[in-house]
Amino acid sequence: MTLASPAPPRPGPLATSFEPVPGRPRHVPPAGPGKGHGPTVIPGYRLSLGITIAWVSLLVLLPLAALAARPWEHGAGWLWHSLTQERALAALRLSFGTAFLAASLCTVAGLLLAWTIARVRPAGWRLLDAIIDLPFALPTAVAGITLATLYGRHGWVGAPLAGAGIKVAYTQAGIMIALVFVGLPFVVRSTLPVLNDLPHELEEAAQTLGARPGQIALRVLLPAILPALVTGFGLAFARGVGEYGSVIFIAGNRPLVSEIAPLLIVIRLQQFDYAGAAAIGLVMLLGAALILVALSLVRALLPAMAGARQPL
Amino acid sequence: MSLRIRATRWLLGSAAWIVAILLLVLPLVSLFGEALRHGLGAALATLDDPDALSAIELSLLVVAICVPVNTVCGIFAAYLLTKYEFSGRGVILVLIELPLSVSPVVAGLVWVLLFGGRGWFGPMLTHNHVQITFALPGILLATLFVTFPFVVRTVMPVLDARGREGEEAATMLGAGFWDIFLRVTLPGIGWALLSGVLLCAARALGEFGAVSVVSGHIPGVTETVPLRIETLYNDYQGVAAFTLAALLALASGLAVGLRGMLEWQHRATGAPRGNAA
Amino acid sequence: MALRSLSGVLAMVLAIGTLSGAGARAADLSLLNVSYDPTRELYKDVNQAFAAQWKAKSGQTVEIKTSHGGSGAQARAVMDGLQADVVTLGLAWDIDVLTQRHLLAADWEGRLPNHSVPYTSTVVFLVRHGNPKHLAGWTDLVRDGVEVITPNPKTSSGGRWSYLAAYTWALHQPGASEASAESYLGKLYKHVPVLDTGARGATNTFVQRGEGDVLLAWEDEALLAAHDVGDGQFDVVYPASSIKAEPPVAWVDSVTDKKRTGAVAQAYLRFLFNHQGQELAAKHHYRPIDPAVFAEHKADFPAIKVYDVASLGGWPAVQAKHFADGGVFDSIYSAGK
Repeated sequence: MTLASPAPPRPGPLATSFEPVPGRPRHVPPAGPGKGHGPTVIPGYRLSLGITIAWVSLLVLLPLAALAARPWEHGAGWLWHSLTQERALAALRLSFGTAFLAASLCTVAGLLLAWTIARVRPAGWRLLDAIIDLPFALPTAVAGITLATLYGRHGWVGAPLAGAGIKVAYTQAGIMIALVFVGLPFVVRSTLPVLNDLPHELEEAAQTLGARPGQIALRVLLPAILPALVTGFGLAFARGVGEYGSVIFIAGNRPLVSEIAPLLIVIRLQQFDYAGAAAIGLVMLLGAALILVALSLVRALLPAMAGARQPL
Repeated sequence: MSLRIRATRWLLGSAAWIVAILLLVLPLVSLFGEALRHGLGAALATLDDPDALSAIELSLLVVAICVPVNTVCGIFAAYLLTKYEFSGRGVILVLIELPLSVSPVVAGLVWVLLFGGRGWFGPMLTHNHVQITFALPGILLATLFVTFPFVVRTVMPVLDARGREGEEAATMLGAGFWDIFLRVTLPGIGWALLSGVLLCAARALGEFGAVSVVSGHIPGVTETVPLRIETLYNDYQGVAAFTLAALLALASGLAVGLRGMLEWQHRATGAPRGNAA
Repeated sequence: MALRSLSGVLAMVLAIGTLSGAGARAADLSLLNVSYDPTRELYKDVNQAFAAQWKAKSGQTVEIKTSHGGSGAQARAVMDGLQADVVTLGLAWDIDVLTQRHLLAADWEGRLPNHSVPYTSTVVFLVRHGNPKHLAGWTDLVRDGVEVITPNPKTSSGGRWSYLAAYTWALHQPGASEASAESYLGKLYKHVPVLDTGARGATNTFVQRGEGDVLLAWEDEALLAAHDVGDGQFDVVYPASSIKAEPPVAWVDSVTDKKRTGAVAQAYLRFLFNHQGQELAAKHHYRPIDPAVFAEHKADFPAIKVYDVASLGGWPAVQAKHFADGGVFDSIYSAGK
């Protein structure tokens, strides 16, 4: 890992697929000179490698190694038992399940918001654009307290809903609200720039060719923003699986029903069960990593699937 | 424009606003409403609390240390990952991506597993009277972990889009590393860098879960602003809690908003985009 | 190269650690009291009163910080290295676990009067004003349509005492057995829509959110909510029987030895047992153990029949049977889904 290999093959699918940016041009060496053949000549390799490795090792590798090692201290059998307890399974299922649903909702709502901001430009769209980032700015605990108040049975939203017989706070619906809240900006922020960069001419051309709005959305817009949408979904999903602060205030926290996996980690910690806490943490980490890998594979496959219709 | 299309547009606009109001505007309004329940004067008076002030001080200190560390290291990492080919590049990319998808609770837990009383290095630290968890270093490490990817993720795409030609040409002309780094690489990433730094700062200010695991909640000593808010709320001091929360939302909202503006302006000039959401 | 920078960063972190560990204070002495959730108001007063007394006696300024949270979480933090000079937790088991790590003497209970319990409390019902659902006793809690708020017994000492109050009541019903008592608990927890992690969190859910018909709470927490926070919106109901809740205190030898704060830490805890400390406890709705002070405040503390943990075999037994992984509490939930 510390060797600058001469003329290496392009990084494997895993490497290129972990794109930090939706729609970023695929890292294919351009035809220009000096790239892609022979060891690069730019100085500073050892320095930047040293700093990067030290930084990544100390802040990510070391702690994650501790997380990976801890669950095994009582043996593999114990670990299996600890993870397959009804309560642990229920918490993991709840966290991954609600995060998936919430990320899906975020995708729909986020696409609506992004498309509306980019194309419809309704009254006050600049304000709308700015306010999307609120969940990034609000500490999660504050978000949790505020949402629980709003959606509680005496809250501005919760009271009318309660009148209609719908209970949100302290149910799985409450968890969903919190997760949609924290996940929404990921989807909007991934798709909005792509929509903004997408030339209007394409849609107009399609329209003059007689395409109906539905067809335009499906054939022209969707393929173009799909990679960004997938990225946004993935980020919202991964964030939702691990979300703690905003959820515990609104979740109800009942074992098997509304107890999320991060809360179970905290509870196990408080029972001095470090290995058990780390075990849940490790499973969540692996789950999140799997999501990221799966989504990047999807992203890598998308252009092929969209074929020639991909307008960008 | 036909009536049908106009109606559709109107419907979409309203739907977007309803979603935004239910999910985003109402929480914000109720946050400020709670803070200002007894008027602005009463709200501001609650800030005259030594523990709140020291929490603000601590949060600023955390930002002042974590943001530069992750910024400098993040730039070098982005430089490394975009300018060179080497085996193991994929591994580093994955490791950089991971902290974003790690639960904040886990982000705190890992430091307890390492440096806590029963952690790997716990006995050694205790023996040497070094305190990491439940003190400033633990809070810093937890914050460093959760804010780890922001800068490198915003800077990388921009560096990547710019290619290596600039650096290679400078190398050919005999320039050394620092010359190239400071005069060729850095000037091109200014706005993306700032954007990443602002996000990083906003997150460092507002982090709750990770810090809560390693803090020990000692008022005036290891309480950051989000933890102070929780304490005040639990002390039945709702106005004080929401005032501090509104202040924090304003501060990080400023950072996030500034970033949005940067992106907006930048898009207008047509340069490559970065996105680290 | 990489290794060198790594060790460099590590050295930096350690340096910051040492600095912050040795940070100088304006006060001559500083104490950290790691406490449980509902004592927030009590220790604000105690700290002030004790600091004044200590200043008068010794001339030293002592600065006392108090950290609050769920009792189990606080014990966990101390075990992991939170430098608590004294711990004032919700139940003896949480201090017992610290002795397993040799953080304090195993005979800590005998070092202070009344086996280190300066005030007692019990578990009562906090209901909405006028008691609209007519909740008078434990049987009423499992009626249809009644929602009960109580914290999670796994993480909250208040939650544990509430659980035990319900359990001991059920155990002493005519013809009752352990099985029937456990089945009562199963029914009771089906009526709980929210399990907060700490006592104060549960109170907030009931008081601020308006959730539930009854809060199972520490007597002190309920009286605080009824008299000082809720302003006439709540009533306190005393059930036929409850549990004798004994929150103990101890100084942490491993920390006081290192910080040389043993004398002031012990004086601080003894202060809780003297007249002034007992008066403060009574003021904050804790039942003072000093008979004279208790007699003075008798009107505030209605007589109630209480059972104690000893009758269940003591904390280690209760912990193993009810709250450990796979214990009775867990089985309530796995059976009752």
